[in-house]
Amino acid sequence: MANTPDYSWPPMADRKIIGKSFKRLDGQAKASGRAKYTSDLKMKDMLYAAYVLCPHGHARVTSIDTSAAEKVKGVQAVHVIAPAGTEVQWHGKEIAAVAATTEEIAREAIRMVKVDYEVMPHFVNEQDLGKAGSRGKAAGEKVTGDPEKAFQEAEAVSDGVYGIPVITHSCLEPHGCVIQWQGDQVMAWPSTQFVTGWANTLAPNLKVPAANIKVKMDYIGGGFGSKFSPGAWAEVGAILSQKAGGRPVKIYLDRVAEQTIAGNRPSAFGKIKIAGKKDGTITAWQSDTWASGGFAGGGQPPLPYVYNNIPNTRLNHTSISVNAGPSQAWRAPNNQQASFLTCSAIEDFAAKAGCDPMDVFNKNAGYTPRAEQYQYQLAKAAELSEWKKLWKPRDQRTGTMRRGLGIGVNAWAGNGHGCTARLTINSDGSVVLEMGTQDLGTGTRTIMTQVAAETLGLQMGQVKLVIGDNSLPPGGSSGGSTTVGGVSAATRKAGVNALGKLYEAAAPALGVQPEELEAVDGQIRVKSNHAKNMTWVAACKKIGPAGKISETGVNETRNPMGLFSGGAAGVQVADVSVDIETGLVKINRFVAVQDCGLVINPKLAESQVIGAIIMGISTALYEERIMDNATGRMMNPDLEFYKLAGIKDIGDIVVHMDIREVNDKRGVIGLGEPPAIGICAAVGNAVANAIGKRVPYMPMTPMHVLNALEGRNA
Amino acid sequence: MQSFEYANPATVQEAVGLLSAKWGEADVLAGGTDLISLMKDHLHTPKRVVNIKNIKELEGIQKTAAGIRIGALVTMDELAKNADVKASAKSLSDAAAAIPSPQIRHMGTVGGDLCQRPRCWYYRQGFGLLAMKDGKSLVPDGANQYHAIFGSGPAYFVSASSLGPALIALGAKIKLVSAKGPREVAAASFFVSPANETSREIALHPDEILTEILIPPATVKSATYEVRQKEALDWPLATASVTLTMRGNTVASAKVVLGHVAAKPWDSAEAAKAITGKAITADTAEAAGKAAVASASPLSQNAYKVTLARVAVKRALLEAAKQKA
Repeated sequence: MANTPDYSWPPMADRKIIGKSFKRLDGQAKASGRAKYTSDLKMKDMLYAAYVLCPHGHARVTSIDTSAAEKVKGVQAVHVIAPAGTEVQWHGKEIAAVAATTEEIAREAIRMVKVDYEVMPHFVNEQDLGKAGSRGKAAGEKVTGDPEKAFQEAEAVSDGVYGIPVITHSCLEPHGCVIQWQGDQVMAWPSTQFVTGWANTLAPNLKVPAANIKVKMDYIGGGFGSKFSPGAWAEVGAILSQKAGGRPVKIYLDRVAEQTIAGNRPSAFGKIKIAGKKDGTITAWQSDTWASGGFAGGGQPPLPYVYNNIPNTRLNHTSISVNAGPSQAWRAPNNQQASFLTCSAIEDFAAKAGCDPMDVFNKNAGYTPRAEQYQYQLAKAAELSEWKKLWKPRDQRTGTMRRGLGIGVNAWAGNGHGCTARLTINSDGSVVLEMGTQDLGTGTRTIMTQVAAETLGLQMGQVKLVIGDNSLPPGGSSGGSTTVGGVSAATRKAGVNALGKLYEAAAPALGVQPEELEAVDGQIRVKSNHAKNMTWVAACKKIGPAGKISETGVNETRNPMGLFSGGAAGVQVADVSVDIETGLVKINRFVAVQDCGLVINPKLAESQVIGAIIMGISTALYEERIMDNATGRMMNPDLEFYKLAGIKDIGDIVVHMDIREVNDKRGVIGLGEPPAIGICAAVGNAVANAIGKRVPYMPMTPMHVLNALEGRNA
Repeated sequence: MQSFEYANPATVQEAVGLLSAKWGEADVLAGGTDLISLMKDHLHTPKRVVNIKNIKELEGIQKTAAGIRIGALVTMDELAKNADVKASAKSLSDAAAAIPSPQIRHMGTVGGDLCQRPRCWYYRQGFGLLAMKDGKSLVPDGANQYHAIFGSGPAYFVSASSLGPALIALGAKIKLVSAKGPREVAAASFFVSPANETSREIALHPDEILTEILIPPATVKSATYEVRQKEALDWPLATASVTLTMRGNTVASAKVVLGHVAAKPWDSAEAAKAITGKAITADTAEAAGKAAVASASPLSQNAYKVTLARVAVKRALLEAAKQKA
């Protein structure tokens, strides 16, 4: 058996491409509009689909008549999803779909589908646990240590109510695909976070062999956890295509459907008490939490978050079913809620104990899995936010505009997923790297190319990359911040493996053994004598009669080989100003200190963090699914009253990537999710610090802030 | 969108001939920032769309002895940047400039701002202008955080007009033209709180076109203060527009009109009375703000808007006081 080649990352000091801030390879194509997203696709004979959606919060379909819609000129297929007798549990649930030659005709035709409903009682708001009744399902109580005694002996106890609402996925590119079903062959162009596995999920539903489903995607306009599976729409699109004689069907959700059924981040509410000493040491935690992720209930945040080794805890949780669309993973599922609930309660405890929260987070870092790391990051975040200069205790602020600072923390695993890269070196020197993966906008294209170029001793422009096709070697799903660790390790291995073969081809000409060679600066050279070398192209000419070397590299999740690991940590500080007369909150500055192990491209890493902060500030200040008790409907399924931040609403962002040898040695760690976790926590705490009162409910709208200031909260 | 006939008249005369005596038959298209979405959502299904963008006489801003004349097709951006408007009707200029969306500022017209339909989510989701179900409005017990705090029904939506409060406070007149000829209404009478589902929230008749606005000449201080959550596309939560005639440092007469708090811009005689005869200070402005909301009757979720309205009045007065008369 041959020795396992050395796949380890080159030492920090020796890296020429890895660790450098290359611009995003697809940046120009995207910024100029040349990059075509699936939602941009137009094909010959393509049909457009539109949905009939349930207008009620809870109803039974009593009859459905599609005959008028079928007669509309241009309509090519009609498909009933919810036949008479079907009970539907939320506003927006799909009832029927139509495919027509234009989008306008499809939209007109769905109005001609006549559906009668028996409207049934709905329950759509879970904020008040007392009203949930039989819709709530309690998980059993969990107790560690002796919380009773710890609370009795406490020198300070905080007691607060906190709530973070359901927010919806609002990807720039909505959910959908173009799909064509002819006989037993299916061709699909989805918008997905999982190119390789998409067909395998769809195949059983269509009863078509997965081998017969071809999938291709070049660009995706955001996923954030909501685009793993093909979604019900892919199946509906396929059925419409088949009914229309195999014409391709473009089925994309409009904003109403997108907001009501494409997935959401579950809510979380809690009554939380923390006990401790006057010096800020936490001794006990008690939480009664409840949450809803839609009709299926769900959503139990891991509490207490990060500070999960508090010795005495008592936890209760109730999952509530509401008549509303389902949840989908939302950039660190359950962690945002957990960070918000935990950091809010810690901030309130600090205020009760009369301590600076920075000291309390620091003093209790022993309860976290990585005390030194969090303490380092807290100190760095304090420095960058000018905490010592700007932070003042609650109630020491005066005037109409009040400034406040608050802390949020994050933790995430982010181990590399399993995947396979194939690297081919041609005898003319050209190189192609292939994998059935996807670039969610995170920079996957760029970092894969960097790893290959570094490994082969080439420049960025010398490696061609092909992704986004399920006929390529399997990629993993881009979720859980697992992509960067997976694709970089697999690429590294494929590169080292291919290079080994190239060394074998080139070694005789240099009169050495293959293992004496290295690839640096476009040369294959002898490690001990750099003067003995040949150019990359000359070396490739030595490749045998096949004309190419093609090697794969497989990343195995259970055998990281030092290439990747898990466990990212971050500390963030929000600096806000609150107008106490209007309740308006403005972000002055948002500081993020984040580690993610070995950083392949600092610019892209920073960009990831900036993106997370923009998204997070939007959720902290504006985003909220508003459900109407009167009608059972979502009242803001649009981008008008479902408010998203604009660029002027964001404030200054300061990102510090925690790039240190000690972190680098851990290998590559995923970054997509962690920086998005603690933003509501930090902003909520900053507002509490500014106005001297806890605003219990996110987002920090004038309504919520003024309700708190004017005592309108129970 | 339902199919429609598209008319492209070149004169007002020609345009009014294409309208109908009944609502719903024809719609007037200017900037299209509201009409297009209303049509896409089938809230408006006109048989004919009358595009007035080619009517030259509806363009432009002129200052004459009679005041400032603003054509219906003037965009919000043009209005915000016009020097004459800035100099003598600052409150109107501010109101136009405050619209955060560049698209709406550049496409949206003055006439369109006054004639746009309410943004009420019940109306936009097809529950009708008054959101009535079984003879009762859905709003008071429903999702009403953005709804009215004045007027106690039956209309609980808020007037969406950005310019309405300023125009009323400035005593502007609005010219409406039908085939029978022109008429002028005071801005204060242009907005109405509809009593039933089939009436409109403006005094325009279905066979009329809003052609221009006239702001009378006067030496006044004026300001508009808007409380809006976002810097990006968003609607105000509450606004106040004030016009003050000064005698030295004292307010000789005042008009205080609130926006986004009722089915029409809310003319607060109480606030005007509270500030009249007084110098504007933090205390008198605060008192006027309190007077403005004394009769507010918030719904289940929007008590916070009472505070916003009070603060908007106070801040608009303080802002106006800073101006040179």
